[in-house]
Amino acid sequence: MSDQLYQERIVELAKAKTGAGKLAAPTKSARRDNPLCGDRVTIDVRLDGHGRIAEIAHQVRGCLLCQASASALASVAVGRDLAGIATLRHDAERAIGRKEGEAGEPFSAFAPVAAHKSRQECVLLPFEALKEALS
Amino acid sequence: MSFDVAGTRRQFPILSAIIDGKPVHYLDNGASAQTPDAVLDAVRIYETTGRANVLRGVHRLAERATESYEKAREEVASFLGVPPTEIVFTGGCTAAINLVAYSYGSLLKAGDRILLSELEHHSNIVPWQLLRARSGVEIDMIPVTVDGRIDLAALPRLLTPRTKLVSLAHVSNVTGALVDVRAVVAAAKSVGAKVMLDGAQRAPHGPVDLPALGIDFYVFAGHKAYGPNGIGVLWAKAEHLDAMPPFMGGGSMIGRVTFAETTWAPPPRRFEAGTPPIGPAIGLGAACKWMAALDWSAAHAHEMALVQRLMDGLQKIDDTRLFGPASLQNRYPVVSFMLDGVHPHDVAQTLDSFGVAVRAGHHCAQPLMDRFDLDGTTRVSMAPYNDNTDIDALLTGVQHAARTLR
Ligand SMILES: Cc1ncc(COP(=O)(O)O)c(C=O)c1O
Repeated sequence: MSDQLYQERIVELAKAKTGAGKLAAPTKSARRDNPLCGDRVTIDVRLDGHGRIAEIAHQVRGCLLCQASASALASVAVGRDLAGIATLRHDAERAIGRKEGEAGEPFSAFAPVAAHKSRQECVLLPFEALKEALS
Repeated sequence: MSFDVAGTRRQFPILSAIIDGKPVHYLDNGASAQTPDAVLDAVRIYETTGRANVLRGVHRLAERATESYEKAREEVASFLGVPPTEIVFTGGCTAAINLVAYSYGSLLKAGDRILLSELEHHSNIVPWQLLRARSGVEIDMIPVTVDGRIDLAALPRLLTPRTKLVSLAHVSNVTGALVDVRAVVAAAKSVGAKVMLDGAQRAPHGPVDLPALGIDFYVFAGHKAYGPNGIGVLWAKAEHLDAMPPFMGGGSMIGRVTFAETTWAPPPRRFEAGTPPIGPAIGLGAACKWMAALDWSAAHAHEMALVQRLMDGLQKIDDTRLFGPASLQNRYPVVSFMLDGVHPHDVAQTLDSFGVAVRAGHHCAQPLMDRFDLDGTTRVSMAPYNDNTDIDALLTGVQHAARTLR
C-alpha cells in the first residue's frame, strides 16, 4: 500500500516547487516546525490592502509530502484571505480523509496519504505556517 | 567461526511473520529490538504460574514472584559483571538517567559541572538541563568529529576541577561509534569526575564487563536488548547508591515510616518505589541470559559483515552519503546515511513498501543534526538475527527511492 503513497501527482507537485523561495519584501512571514519529524516550513506573504495574498513564497526543509503540499498551496493561494485559505485547508483535509467529502484540485492529489496517519501532519504543516502568517 | 543466523532467526517468531503480505526485514533494532521465545516464555511462565506482587506477601505465588524478580536482577548483574545489590530496575533507560540526574544530581552544588557530548540522545541531555534549572549546575559539551565520534582531543580543555560527572553514550544511536572508555575514564579521574555511560545501544550487542571499564554509572533499556518494554536498568557503584537520596517515594523503598520521619531502605530497594514492572524485569533477566549464551565474537563478526555489505551497497548508489565512521573499528552495527535530494522520511516510507523497517529523522539527537546541518538521516540498525536478505532488500528499496523520488 505504501508503494502508492508517492504517486506521480504528488511527486510532480513537489518537483514543481511552485512558490519555492523567499519574498524580497514580505508583509508577514511565519515558520512552523513539526517537532516529531523535524519538518520545517517558512512562509512569506505580501498582502494587498484587503488582507488578501498578493504574493507567496515558501521554504521547506522537510519531506516530499510537505514540499508537495507547500507547492500546491502556493499555486492557488494568491487572491485569498484567511477565510479563503481555511477553505483550501478543508480541501486538503478531505483529501487525506480527515473530513467527509470530495476534495477539490489540486489537493485531491493527496488522497494516498489517507492511509498513512503518521504522515498527515506533513501535508498540513504549510497550512499551519500560512495561517500563522495571516493571523 | 561462522554464526548460526538461521538458528537465531528461528528463535524470534516475528521474523518469519508475513505482515500485510510482506516479509519482515527488521532493521530498526536501535529503536526497539525484537524478542525471542526465551523472553516470551519467561514472561508467560510468570504470568501463568507465579503472578503476584513482590516483597509483600507470604503466599506461595508472592514468594515465587519475588524469587523470579530477584533472579532476574542476578541475570542482569551477571551480564554486567557486577553484584546484584548494585542493580536498580527502572521504567526504562530514560527513567534510569533521570534517576541519576535527580538523586546523584541532588548531591551537586551550583557551579559544579556536567560534561556531555554533542551526539547524546535527548535523554542524556534534558535531565541534566532540568537539574541545571533546579540547582545551578553548568553543562559543558564535547564536540563531535566529522566522522561522528566524540572528539576526545577536546577533553583536557573541557574538564575542570568543578567537573563532577562525565556522561556519554557508550555507542552512538546515530553513528554507531563506540566511545574510547579507557581514555574518558583516565581523563575524568585526573580531575576527580565520575563517569556514566548510556549503554542503550551497546547492551544489545553482548555482555559488558563493567568492572574492567572503571566507570561509576551505567544505564540501558530492556526493549532494545531483546527484552520487554517498560523496564530499564541503572547500575551504580555501591558507594554512590548508598550516598544517593531516593528519586521517588512510596512503598517498598522505606525502612520505617512515621509522619514525623521516614527512613530509607538500602539500595537497590531505595530506588524502586512502588510495585515494579515485575513481568518486564523477569523478561529482561531472560534476555540477558539469552544474550550471555550467544557466541558474541561470531555474532559481532556477522553484524559487522552486514555493515560492510550495507556500506558497499550504499556507496554504489549515486548521491548517497554515509554519516559516521568509515571504518568498522570501534563501532557497532548502526549506520546512518543520506540520499541527496530525498528526505529521510521518504526513504524510510519507500523502504516500508519493501517490507524493510528503518528509522528516519533526527533520532532524538537534534544537537548532532544541527552541528552537521542535517534534516535527519536514515538509520539502519542491526541485530544478530539480521541477514543478507535484509540488507539486499534495503538496498533495492533505496535504489527505488533514488529512481522515483527525485
Ligand atoms: C543512546 C540512547 N540513549 C537513550 C535512549 C532512550 O531509551 P528509552 O527511550 O528506551 O528510555 C535511547 C533510545 O531511544 C538511545 O538510543
